[in-house]
Amino acid sequence: MRMTMIEKILARASGQERVSAGDTVVCRVDMNVLIDLMFTNWPDPVKIADPARTAIIMDHAVPAPTLTDANGGMAAREFAQSFGIEKFFDVGRHGICHQVIAENALALPGQVLTCTDSHTCAGGAYNTAARGLGPAEVIAILCTGETWYTVGPTIRYELAGELPAGVGGKDVFLYLANAWGDATNHNLEFGGPGLASVPMNDRRTIATQGAEISADFTTFGFDDQCAEFLAAHDAGDYQAADPDPGAVYSDVRTIDLSALEPYVARPGKVSGNALPVSQVEHRSVQQCFIGSCANGQLEDLRIAAEILDGRSVAAGVRLIVTPASQAVYLDAVRLGYVEKLAEAGAVVTNSTCGACFGYHMGLLGDGEVCLTASTRNFRGRMGSPSAEIYMASTATVAAAAITGRITDPREALT
Amino acid sequence: MKYELTGRAWVFGDSIDTDAMYPGFAMKLPIPEAARHVFYDLRPDWTDEVRPGDIVVAGRNFGIGSSRPVAALMRHLGVTALVAEEFNSLFLRNAINNGLPALTVPGVRDLVREGDEITIQLAEGWLAADDRRIEAAPLPRMVLDILDAGGLLPRLVADGYLPRRDAA
Repeated sequence: MRMTMIEKILARASGQERVSAGDTVVCRVDMNVLIDLMFTNWPDPVKIADPARTAIIMDHAVPAPTLTDANGGMAAREFAQSFGIEKFFDVGRHGICHQVIAENALALPGQVLTCTDSHTCAGGAYNTAARGLGPAEVIAILCTGETWYTVGPTIRYELAGELPAGVGGKDVFLYLANAWGDATNHNLEFGGPGLASVPMNDRRTIATQGAEISADFTTFGFDDQCAEFLAAHDAGDYQAADPDPGAVYSDVRTIDLSALEPYVARPGKVSGNALPVSQVEHRSVQQCFIGSCANGQLEDLRIAAEILDGRSVAAGVRLIVTPASQAVYLDAVRLGYVEKLAEAGAVVTNSTCGACFGYHMGLLGDGEVCLTASTRNFRGRMGSPSAEIYMASTATVAAAAITGRITDPREALT
Repeated sequence: MKYELTGRAWVFGDSIDTDAMYPGFAMKLPIPEAARHVFYDLRPDWTDEVRPGDIVVAGRNFGIGSSRPVAALMRHLGVTALVAEEFNSLFLRNAINNGLPALTVPGVRDLVREGDEITIQLAEGWLAADDRRIEAAPLPRMVLDILDAGGLLPRLVADGYLPRRDAA
């Protein structure tokens, strides 16, 4: 057999004995997730494949910042009701789709998940074949219950050592994006003895950002931590996919986690464009952003609250914190994180994709400099095309909010 | 659809991202208005210069980024096909699924200059400019079928999944 993790999942989903790089397969989709933006141009399907394998999550433009989005919300509600979609996460029970997918165990090991958001690869943290697809394709899956993939070659990342304090999933990702560059049309597979030291939230940050080096699928090995996470979220039955010994990889890359330090990506792209925080220019910043599917998790809010506890956001800096879901928001309130952040001068927003894609809740003005823990640093992504977007971990962003410039978070933690 | 397409080439660089073609602010606009902002910062006023039948040529990693349907804007502008040294797979699927042909042609930027008239053949897999020609992987039958239908949504209409009024 000798298949990589993703080959094994796609073989199972397509009913094949074996698939390998270059094959095109038609797969049954186990869970198809629709998001609010799709409903602003909704084609009104008259029949769908399976309401039970369908979820609707309101995330990008909530609460509605435009009339178009408000009307889209109405279309989503009407569709959910008329087709009996039980997994409907409307405003108030909502969150960024990849967070809601995690909280509700919609991405299961060994299964196929689709959604029309490019960061759907986030679900790979749970050993799921998850990737973003365009809106037309997700509508087609809604109708037919299946889609096709051409299987790309797989790159294996072998994790060794343990993550040091103050270094997180974002740093692991920025390190590998800098070291090896783009992985266009390739799949990423993470495993190895170091995986145990990478908590589930960091795995999701890394999996989410696979899209930023242009990868197709990003999948993590299944282990006890993953099993515990899923059990805590009432997951249904699943069958994990382990790679076979002797599986064929286009490259195997070892990452010594214990040697890593905080990384910062410079504006424009992450690929070949990140430096250790000790070597990057310590620019003054006007906006710091902690949020998105990558870094709006409860652990991110905990880290931010701990660093900002008893300190103040620097004059001339806006710190915007966007919890990844209503559930994260509520937990952060109960645990006192929101109070600490607000006392320090942060704005804690409702959960949305908002500022990350420059749509609402925190755009950048002309020539401003931002340090973000979100997903993308493309030119113009968060507002003005003349704004400069640096990207780093939540800890590094929180530290910069205090000093007003890019700062090594390990100084703030001591 | 015709598998052999001839048009004037617009040539772009590597890693052109989706936000450069379909910026966040344009996502609040109807397609015809959003289409006026394609390459708004990279190549201002390009949308005034592009003509129906033109072909967009790019370098490696074309279309990295979001799932927003850039192809719908390109089609609105009359762009007839996309060609690149290498495509991001989400962007490539989005183009095909919206009925916009996209052909991967390694070496295309060494051959094609801005304004050249070029011809591509989707089913045979080649690109020609002047008397020179480079080979490419032909589009698989399954992909050609989607293009023949005009994209996924018209096919879903034909198959009875979507109401016919959306065929327009």
